[in-house]
Formats: sequence, structure tokens, C-alpha cells
Amino acid sequence: MSPQYRKKIVVVGHGMVGHRFVQAAVERGLTETHDIVVVGEEPRPAYDRVVLTSFFEVGAEALSFLPEGEYDDPRVRLVLGTEVEGFDPETRTVLLDGGEVVQYDELVLATGAAPFVPPVPGHDLPGCFVYRTIEDLEAIREAAAGASVGAVIGGGLLGLEAANALRQLGLETHVVEMAPRLMAVQVDDAGGATLARHIESLGLSVHTNAMTSAVVEGADGRAVGLALKEAATIPAEVVVFSAGIRPRDALARAAGLDLAERGGVLVDEQGRSSDPHVWAIGECAAPGGRMYGLVAPGYAMAEVAVDAMLGGPGAFTGADMSTKLKLMGVDVASFGDAFATTPGALELVYSDAVAGVYKKLVISEDGTRLLGGVLVGDASAYGVLRPMVASGIALPDNPEDLILPAGRGAADIGLPDEAQVCSCNDVSKGDIVAAAAAGETTRAGSTCGSCKVQTKKIIEDYYASQGQEVDRSICEHFPLTRQELFDVVAVHGHRSFDQVVEAHGTGRGCDVCKPVIASILASQLNGHVLEGDRRTLQDTNDAYLANIQRNGTYSVVPRIPGGEITPDKLIVIGEVARDFGLYTKITGGQRIDLFGARMEQLPEIWRRLVDAGFESGHAYGKALRTVKSCVGSTWCRYGVQDSVQLAIDLELRYRGLRSPHKLKGGVSGCARECAEARAKDFGVIATEQGWNLYVGGNGGATPAHARLLAGDLDRETLIRYLDRYLMYYIRTADRLQRTAPWIDSLDGGLDRVREVVVDDALGLGSELEAAMARHVDTYFDEWKATIDDPEKLERFVSFVNAPDVPDPHISFRDERGQIAPEDSSGPVSLGTTIPVGAP
Amino acid sequence: MTTSTDRSTYTAVCRLDQIEVEGGVTALVDGAAVAIFRTHDGNVYAMSNYDPCSRASVLARGIVGTRGDVPFVASPMHKQAFDLRTGQCLDDADVRVPTFDVRVDDGIVLVGPPQEHP
Ligand SMILES: Cc1cc2nc3c(=O)[nH]c(=O)nc-3n(C[C@H](O)[C@H](O)[C@H](O)COP(=O)(O)OP(=O)(O)OC[C@H]3O[C@@H](n4cnc5c(N)ncnc54)[C@H](O)[C@@H]3O)c2cc1C
Repeated sequence: MSPQYRKKIVVVGHGMVGHRFVQAAVERGLTETHDIVVVGEEPRPAYDRVVLTSFFEVGAEALSFLPEGEYDDPRVRLVLGTEVEGFDPETRTVLLDGGEVVQYDELVLATGAAPFVPPVPGHDLPGCFVYRTIEDLEAIREAAAGASVGAVIGGGLLGLEAANALRQLGLETHVVEMAPRLMAVQVDDAGGATLARHIESLGLSVHTNAMTSAVVEGADGRAVGLALKEAATIPAEVVVFSAGIRPRDALARAAGLDLAERGGVLVDEQGRSSDPHVWAIGECAAPGGRMYGLVAPGYAMAEVAVDAMLGGPGAFTGADMSTKLKLMGVDVASFGDAFATTPGALELVYSDAVAGVYKKLVISEDGTRLLGGVLVGDASAYGVLRPMVASGIALPDNPEDLILPAGRGAADIGLPDEAQVCSCNDVSKGDIVAAAAAGETTRAGSTCGSCKVQTKKIIEDYYASQGQEVDRSICEHFPLTRQELFDVVAVHGHRSFDQVVEAHGTGRGCDVCKPVIASILASQLNGHVLEGDRRTLQDTNDAYLANIQRNGTYSVVPRIPGGEITPDKLIVIGEVARDFGLYTKITGGQRIDLFGARMEQLPEIWRRLVDAGFESGHAYGKALRTVKSCVGSTWCRYGVQDSVQLAIDLELRYRGLRSPHKLKGGVSGCARECAEARAKDFGVIATEQGWNLYVGGNGGATPAHARLLAGDLDRETLIRYLDRYLMYYIRTADRLQRTAPWIDSLDGGLDRVREVVVDDALGLGSELEAAMARHVDTYFDEWKATIDDPEKLERFVSFVNAPDVPDPHISFRDERGQIAPEDSSGPVSLGTTIPVGAP
Repeated sequence: MTTSTDRSTYTAVCRLDQIEVEGGVTALVDGAAVAIFRTHDGNVYAMSNYDPCSRASVLARGIVGTRGDVPFVASPMHKQAFDLRTGQCLDDADVRVPTFDVRVDDGIVLVGPPQEHP
């Protein structure tokens, strides 16, 4: 084709959508017949505005879509740093700011949108900015270098992103929002509240219901603060307006084209304006009268316009306005009918204040379809939920599983192949699988990234189906972690293993999940660990309230709080050991362990101990063991505080507390630290002013030194912090995870613990304290309750049909004057002459 | 109680309701310690109480559950799993615990002769 027959397309604006238009035109062959001239006002080629904030870390180059500075296709000409000043539909010409006039056959407006700056007095003072381009960010960075306080006007998605940027630039940052909650467009009140808590915990100040009446001018003519209606002025040397965006439709307006009522170039489903040779795509366009402030609909419009120019039937009929983003480390997502505006719609809410998670599903009246939802704090389910809305597939039987903590739920729902996974690039599940099979990748996840998790999961599932297994569940019966199980039990109020396994598991459990569930039920219900069906869930130690030893006998450990014991009680222990022929040893936890008790002897032994005032020492449980103490100020000439009294008080307070792993404490009366408190899960060391609290220590195979959580505490504060710390651990740690690795596993580590426990950043303090108060109030001695209950005692027999016959496998030899277990070399028979009572 | 006729080799050891669901008891049968388990689906199994891995008579005190479709007990000592139906150790192909016939008559559990497994 000779050049004079070629047609010319002029694209105004080289932003995200203008770039996509050119890409599509090149890919689909439009440049075979058309030359393209792109005129962009910004000094650089198109870049990824969605991740604009990362400019501060990675620089402009990394964001560029066109690092070469030009397109490969020579038929595309890029004119940068040049503004289009107007166009004339009559002569089909555009006027560039340098005076150049360019003729067109088709004109594509892709001018995007501009931040809306409310016309408050002072809005244009030096120190006021918007947040839209790389140049804006460069200017903000420069201003922040000489400032200490900043404010963002607008608590929407972009405003929060800008606020976080200010914070990271080292400014004390305020967010001023007119609406009663943050992100008013996307999330509901409860979601907004959860979000605000997260954000405030990062040190930002959130002002909702706040109207800015003026930017206050300082002596040097720069912004120094924001005057609010009906509230005190807040200081701000850097002010960022993020109060919404307006389509840049001025060129179309000047040319007399039809505009939408609320702005934007009015276009049809193919992107054509009221002039058939002028098109508009992206944020400047209003298909059907509505503008879309997201990139995905803009990309769709670009593809449709190219299709239309090629004579294709493509149409843009509206877009999914779902959003997912990570704001200051907090996931936020909203999709579909997030506000339950569909008549009869039902809401299903899961909220975990401890973890800072809020999730809501909006479900159709008949409960069969997902209509939308809001996720704050954990949006891992978004990748599955959003396509479920779009493709209308039936909800599973337990829709709440979709928002219960990750691991199970959402990711297990089989999506149909045609379900759209990446809405930015319109990639379906089928596309991803096909690409994986061919060893290729798709564009899924490359734009906003919100579907990355889901895309990864689909690819993993594909590989798994090819024989490469990927498994993360705690055991085959529950695809959940301990924390997730804890939440599931709390949310549903389950009271038995049967309920839990029927609702959330498969099979009949095993030696891994059953003790975990027993421990969770114990922490939440505080009943006897041998109540109801709970006995069969327990490891043998918990089941017999004693520690099994190598020959099948048990050891008995009465509680000796703080290691303090009277001579009379010592004598009782000695007598019991002598009368039952037990081996005795002093433990590292300052108590006495009695070994070699046959199971059938345990009740008798304990009756003697209980009568003398002893209680269970819980040496057999994943529970508080001891609080070790030094001699303390009463006797020790160095002691500065009464460590023994405190150790006793703490041990009595937390006795019986079931936890993910055993728990130990220590109290030292001075800095000499004779109680080795820093080798404990919680350690308290006296100071002249009060007590220092250390957390996360342990001995054992992987020793850890406890680290300082808070210093110079009075007794009451110390106990409050300990209550919070222990409950926070119990709620969120994994199975068999001691406090040290638990702290390491938290996002933020020890600082995170301090935020929750000391600063009460999540506002959970009182809830955690109440949970501990419940434990303290409902504590009872398990052994006393057992020996008073004939039904429980029935279990403590050697043989069900010969309760008085000792197990012949158990025998002892003598070692250093005490008994020691003798290994049996095989099954032992008593012979057939034992008289056996008929049942 | 040992009786003649078809029960000749069966020993009554306890009432079924003395065994908790997914629990176990130890019984003395012909001088040997036998672990008897009751599963959630209502079956009753008997095997030697002796755990060859830990060399202790403890299996009745283990946790009962399922691995896939296999009902099993985990030794309370070191958690090796044993198939309740065959006594086969699920963690070590070379280890097996003897099992016994068992049946329930009129709510009474009776333990019979050792089972043969191929
Ligand atoms: C900080 C930030 C975060 C965002 N996060 C997300 C997100 O997570 N998800 C999401 O979907 N969207 C997000 N967005 C929105 C997204 O960036 C826009 O939807 C997208 O950029 C729209 O593309 P566009 O091409 O229509 O407009 P733009 O990308 O703004 O491009 C328009 C271009 O046209 C130029 N132009 C305008 N007028 C003229 C003229 N007269 N002459 C020449 N050139 C002109 C402009 O300078 C600009 O370069 C975010 C935006 C920002 C600012």
C-alpha cells in the first residue's frame, strides 16, 4: 500500500491507556493501514501509574512501559513533553503547544483524569501538592526533606497511599477525611474502623468527619497547617490533595462534543464520541455516561476501540469496579455489591479484632450466589471471591469457609475454566492453565497484582495435578493452621471434636489434630480436660494427668508455687514416695517429681496429695509449668524486691492455662538474675523502681534469651501486660510453637508484641485481659475434680477385666538406692490361670 | 469368663459401653494384655497391648483416628501408627502387632483367638 493511502490516528495522552491502545493497535495489525502519532504532555513515555508510590524506592526507570523511549514499530511516532491545545472536528486537525498542526483521520482522546483540588482558600500555596505523576512525587519528596508534618486531604484509596508515602518520607502524617470513615467508596463502616485501627497503629493520625476550611499560610508564604471546620487546626507543611479525580475533558468540551453529566467525554460502547471520528478511552471517557477511575476498564476500552477501528464487534458494557490493594501493609479489597444493595441480600461477617481482620460476604437472598464483599486485613480470598461473583458459580455449602482464615476455604473452590482471574488483563483460569501446560506465562497479575496469589494457586494446582504435591495443612484431617482452627472454633462456638471435624475436616482425626483441638477447646471453654468426648482427644499425659515414662508408668508432679514449700508438705511428698515406692528427683522448675507410679495407683497417690493441700502441677500438659524464683528481698541481702511473692502470685494466676506449648516463667529479685528468668517464656527481673518484663526465652534444644518488653513496671501494670501477652500468644501461635519462635514469626516481631501488649495499638487489651480473667475465675484443680468423680476414676485401671492385677510388663531394678525402670524384652504373659471376673 | 460351645475360644472382657468411642481399654486375655478399641463407625478391634517400638505395654492408651480410610491407633510413646484391622505398623513395614478376633454379643465384648494375616 502506498503511503498516500495510509490513514492517520492521533492519540492525545501517553498514559497507561493511551499506551495500551498503541500496543493493541500494533499487535492487532492496525498499523498496517494506519500511522499513529501519540502526543503526550508528560516529559517521559507512559509508565505504571498504579504503582506510582514505588517511585520513591525504585525510581522512574523501573516504572516505565517504554524504557527505550520509542515503539518498535516505525509507524508509531511519539511526541513527548508536548500538550495538545485543541482540535477541530471540521478540519480534523489538532494543534500542539509548539504551534504544530497535525491532521488526523481518527482522533483518540486518552487524556486521563486530574486530581480534584477543592477551592478552599490557600489551596495553591507553596507546600500544596497533588499525587498523580512522577513530577508530583519528586516535588513532594523535595518539600518533605525540609518539613516535619504533613497532611493528606482525602481518606480514600489514593489518599491513604499518599499518606503512607508521607510517613515513609519521615513526616508525622495526618489524614483528613470528610466522610465518617476511611475508604468510604469501597468499604463499610466496620471495615473502615478496622482499617483505621491498622493505620493509626502505624502512627498516622486519622481525622474523619473533618472538613478542611482553609490551608493556613505561614509567615514565609508557605502552607503551615489546615484549618478544620469545628475542630482544632492541624499543623501541616506538606499538604497533598487527594479528594477525588475529574476527567480531563476540556479539549472535547472546547470542540463542542457531548459530555456526560458528571464530566467525561460521552462515548458509545465502542468508544466513539458524538463526532464519529473522535474517540475517548480511559479515565477521560464516560461510556454510557459513567467514568471509571481504574485502569482495567480503561484497558478494556482501548482494546475495544482498536477492535472497532478494525471493523470488529467488540463493545465495552461496563466494568467490574472491584479493588484490591495493600495499604501500609494492610490488605483491603472490595468487590461486587459490597454494600449489599441487592434486595434481600444477606451479609456474612467474620471479624477478628486480634488479628485486625474484617471480612464480609454479601450473599443472594436464597444463599446460593455470592454478590460481593469487603475484606480488610486479609484479602487472600479476593482472587477467588471476585471471579465467583463475576461467573456466578454456586456457593459451597458452608459459605463462611470462604472468609474463615486462609488455608482452607476460598482457594479450594473449583473455578470454572472461563472464570476471569485477572480483571486488569482479562485472563481466565483456562488461559493460565493452558499457559502453564505450555511452559509459558500470561499477563495475569502483572498490572495491579491482586490476583497473584490466585494465579499462583492455579499454577500450583496444575502442577499438583501433574503429580507434584503441594501441601500446607497441619494434618490430613484439617487444612488449617492452629490459629485458623482456633478462629474457626471461636467463630462457630464449637464445643466438641465431632462438631469441629464434621464442619471443617475429614476423617476421624489423628494424634496431631486431636490434642490441638483439645487444647483449643480447653483455652476457650475452660472445662475439665477429661470432660465429654475430650478425654479421647488427649495425649496420654493429659488423658491420665501424669507424664508417661519409658516402661509405661507415670510420674507425678504436684505444684509447688514459686518453689516455696513448708516442711510438713515436704514430709507428705516424702511419705507418699516411700509408701508407693516411687523414685524422687528435684526438677529444674523447683519442684519434686515422683516417678514409677502405675496408672492404677495415680488416684490413690493424688488423694493423699490433695488431702495435704497439693494441686496438679500440670507437668503433663501444654500449659503453665512453673514460675521459678530466687530467694528475693525477704532473705537475700542483695534482693531489691520480693521475687518469691510475685512468683507465687503469677504461678497461681496462670496455673492450668492451656497453651500451644508448655509455658515457663521466672522472677528474679535483683539484677543478679539467680532465677534465670531470661531463659523463660516470661521473665521478670526486679529493678529499684519496679519490675522489668522480658519475653520469649527458653532453654532446651534451641535456647533463646528473653528480650525486654517493658521496664520499671508497677505490679498491676506488669500483670496486665502479662495477661495480654500470654493470651495473644495462645490465640495466635501455631501448634507446638514456643513463645520465642512465635514472636519471630509475627510481622514486626517483638515490636509487634509491644504494640499489641504495651501500646494497645489494636485496642485489644481489654479483650485479652477479659479472656485471662475468665481463665482465672474458672480455674479448678483437675486432680481434685478427678478423684471426686467415679466416672473419671473408672479409667485408672490396669485391666478393664482385672482392675487389681498389676501389668506384668512393669518391673523395676535398683539404682543408687531407688527404683529404675527395667525394659521388657517382649510381651509378657501371666499364664492362663488368673481368675477373671465376668463383666 | 470362658464358656464352651461356639464361644469356646472367646473371652468376655467388658461391656461395650465401658470403651469410649475412639478410646481403648486394656484387658487380660489368657494372661496377655490385649488392647481393645472402639471406632467412630461402631467397629471394635483387638490387638496386643505391647508396643514393639517402645517395648512397653501401652497401646490402649493411644489416640485413635484415621489415616485415609485406615482406622489406626498412635502409640502414646513415640506415635508410631498401627492399623487397627491388621496390626500393621503404618510407619515401618517390618513391624506388626498381633491382632485378635473380637465380637460384641448383647453389649458384651468378647475377645477370640489371634488372627492370621497374610
Ligand atoms: C497513586 C495512584 C495509584 C493508583 N492505583 C490504582 C490501582 O491500584 N488500581 C487501579 O485500577 N488504578 C489505580 N490508579 C488509577 C490509574 O492509574 C488510572 O486509572 C490510569 O492511569 C488511567 O489511565 P489513563 O491513560 O486514562 O490516564 P493517565 O494514566 O493519567 O494518562 C493520561 C495522560 O494524558 C496526558 N494528557 C492529558 N491531557 C493532555 C493533553 N492535552 N495533551 C497531551 N497529553 C495530555 C497526561 O499528562 C497523562 O500522561 C492509581 C492512580 C494513582 C495516581
